[in-house]
Amino acid sequence: MSLILDLASTLSLTIGAIFVIIGGIGLIRLPDFFTRLHGASVGETLGAWLVVLGLLLQSGWSSVSIKLILIFILLVITGPTATHALAKSALHGGLKPKHLDQD
Amino acid sequence: MTAIYTLTAVGIIVGMALALYRGLDGPTLYDRILAVNAFGTKTVLIIAVLGFLMGRPDFLDIALVYALINFIGTIAVLKFFEYQDLAKQSSLYHKPK
Repeated sequence: MSLILDLASTLSLTIGAIFVIIGGIGLIRLPDFFTRLHGASVGETLGAWLVVLGLLLQSGWSSVSIKLILIFILLVITGPTATHALAKSALHGGLKPKHLDQD
Repeated sequence: MTAIYTLTAVGIIVGMALALYRGLDGPTLYDRILAVNAFGTKTVLIIAVLGFLMGRPDFLDIALVYALINFIGTIAVLKFFEYQDLAKQSSLYHKPK
C-alpha cells in the first residue's frame, strides 16, 4: 500500500513540476498577452494542483493533510478567478488580441 | 522521497525564474501583473514542498496565508488600475441612466 502511494505521489509531483515548467515556457515564448495568459494558467491550475495532490498523498491523515486540502481548495477557487479578472481587466483597459485586427 | 521533493523544487524554481523574466521584461502592465500572480502561486508551492523536504510541514500555514494574500493583492491591483479607485462600483453592473 505504501509502495502504491509512493508511486502515485512520485508520478503526481513529477508531472506537476513538468507542467509548471511548461507554463513558464509558455509565459516566455507566446506572442501576445492573452496567449501568455493561457500559458500561465496551465502552470497555475494543473501544475499547482498536481504538486499539492502529490504532497497530499504523502501526508497521511493528520492536520497537515487538512491544511493541504485547504490550500488545494484555495488554489482551485482563486487561480481561475484571478486569470478571468486579468483577462477582463486587460480587455476593459484597451488591450486587443494580436491577430484579431489583421483578418 | 527526498530526491523527488528536490526534483519538484528545482522544477518550480525554474518556473519561478521564467515568470520573473516575464515580469521584468513584460511589454504591458498586465503582463507584469500576470507574472507576479504566477510567481506568487509558485511561491505557495515551493513553501509547501520545502516544508516536506526539510521535514517541517508547519510551513504549510505560511503557504496558506501566502495564497490568500496573493489572490487579494492581484485583485486589488487589477481593480486599482482598471477604475483608478479601489472603492468604485463596476460600470458593467450599474449602467448610468
